[in-house]
Amino acid sequence: MSAVVSLATIPLAAARAPVRRNVVPVLLIAPLILYMLVFYAFPVVAMLLRSVDSPTWSLDNYRQLAHDPVFFQVFWITLRTALIVTAGTLLLGYPVALALARLRRGPAALVLVLVLLPFWTSVLVRSYAWMVLLGRHGLVNEALAAAGLIDAPLKLLNTSFAVQIAMIHILLPYMILPIASVLRQIDPALPRAAAGLGATPARVFRQVILPLSMPGVAAGVLLVFVLSLGFYITPMLVGGPRDMLLSMLIAQQVDLINWPYAACLSATLLAATLVMLAVFQQLPGVRNVLRTATR
Amino acid sequence: MRIGRLTGGLAVALVLLFMALPILIIVILSFSSASYLTFPPPAFGVRWYRTYIGSDEWLAATGLSLSVAASVVVLATLLGTLAALGLARLPPLLRNLAAALILSPLIVPVIVVAIGIYYAYSRYGLVGTPVGLVLAHTCLAVPFVVTSVSASLAGFDRRLEQAALSLGATPWGTFRQVTLPLIRPGVLVGALFAFITSFDELVVALFLSGSGAVTLPRRMWDDLRFAIDPTIAAVSTLTIVLTAALLGAVYLARQRGERIRTT
Repeated sequence: MSAVVSLATIPLAAARAPVRRNVVPVLLIAPLILYMLVFYAFPVVAMLLRSVDSPTWSLDNYRQLAHDPVFFQVFWITLRTALIVTAGTLLLGYPVALALARLRRGPAALVLVLVLLPFWTSVLVRSYAWMVLLGRHGLVNEALAAAGLIDAPLKLLNTSFAVQIAMIHILLPYMILPIASVLRQIDPALPRAAAGLGATPARVFRQVILPLSMPGVAAGVLLVFVLSLGFYITPMLVGGPRDMLLSMLIAQQVDLINWPYAACLSATLLAATLVMLAVFQQLPGVRNVLRTATR
Repeated sequence: MRIGRLTGGLAVALVLLFMALPILIIVILSFSSASYLTFPPPAFGVRWYRTYIGSDEWLAATGLSLSVAASVVVLATLLGTLAALGLARLPPLLRNLAAALILSPLIVPVIVVAIGIYYAYSRYGLVGTPVGLVLAHTCLAVPFVVTSVSASLAGFDRRLEQAALSLGATPWGTFRQVTLPLIRPGVLVGALFAFITSFDELVVALFLSGSGAVTLPRRMWDDLRFAIDPTIAAVSTLTIVLTAALLGAVYLARQRGERIRTT
């Protein structure tokens, strides 16, 4: 039906269109596809193949990984860090998202600027800020000493705590923005109706707002968790020797020119990321949130 | 009710303070007159900015970062805009496949991309060269251009192009006089994001810079590993100001985009 209509409305000059319609888009996109294959996909795949091609084609490297206590230790710390950071950003981020969605235009714009400025400040600068804050003679220690709460400076920098707090700080916007975008789309008539029917504000939040905001929460959790798994700069700068994450182990193996092991670890990290993505995309609404959030 | 709202507001204010304070402190410390990092600064001055301007190494790193980012903007905006135009016209299956490849740098952990690129580029002598950095950063910047141009194409009435064509305009004339003006804000936003992506990028640069192509973030990293010198606070402040200015430009471009679309 629609084909008939569109044929009838196409002007005669476009009669050649069936051929052109397919060729032009392909010609437009071909340069970028070719570029990405040569300078991005081929390099990454070639590197990943090193995990199965040396010395001969086999899965031996992965079998060894399964019995490698160092790998399990590092993987566990990476997972624990990602979980703590995800929980922390959710706890701190949800109220801000709520404020962002509820405030009037002017104050909301101010909050948005406060969220976006750190978002676009480089990870390096923000990690540096935490080095300054948490150092032996850093601001936190000086402030605690001045308040008479401590006698000797606490060891804050180069600890797991430093990694977690800095990563929570850096990843907060990735939690706030998707939740706020979902909250803003909730029909204001729904909470009003609930309140009109006698629900207390707490109950309106628990039974109306919170369930409706779940797609945003899931999208935020996915983004923060996946980004946490691969974090490199921040743990390198503020973490301690016992806080080695997967990304740091990978970089270390590259420095040791142990490509098969580095490739094996990279494939594992990538697989973990893709599994998370696949699982979360099955949840209702998450796909839509991610699509609008990338704009 | 009122108490609940008050504690809620207080909680939000505290989180916002937590987000803004570290950056604010860096800015304040960069104007310190002390030779070490101490807060509050005993007096204010611009000695760390003078150190920065007086250092050939810092200036060389800044120059390299600016020129790499500028090249990335040209390459990524050109490739990304063409691709977004093609993407919108592809059949769904091909479109999804192409989008998966183009957007994947947003998902694949940066460390994996970085060492993959290092592994392959080192075989072709691209490590330690600005060209290698431009080629790699373009891959990371392109997703931002494609998403931003695609977003402006989503609100685009294709009948405008058809009208121009049926009135006798050439395809090129139609593109230049109809399509381009309508998607220009999206292209501009994409270009600005591409610039920031390259200018701030560190993980790939750690592997690819070598000793021959030291970017500004790489230079800051090298410094940080030895001492927390206040010069880095000054450099950080300058990059924050640059980023904020570019984001302001993005905001204005988006506003213009809305205006064009609604008139």
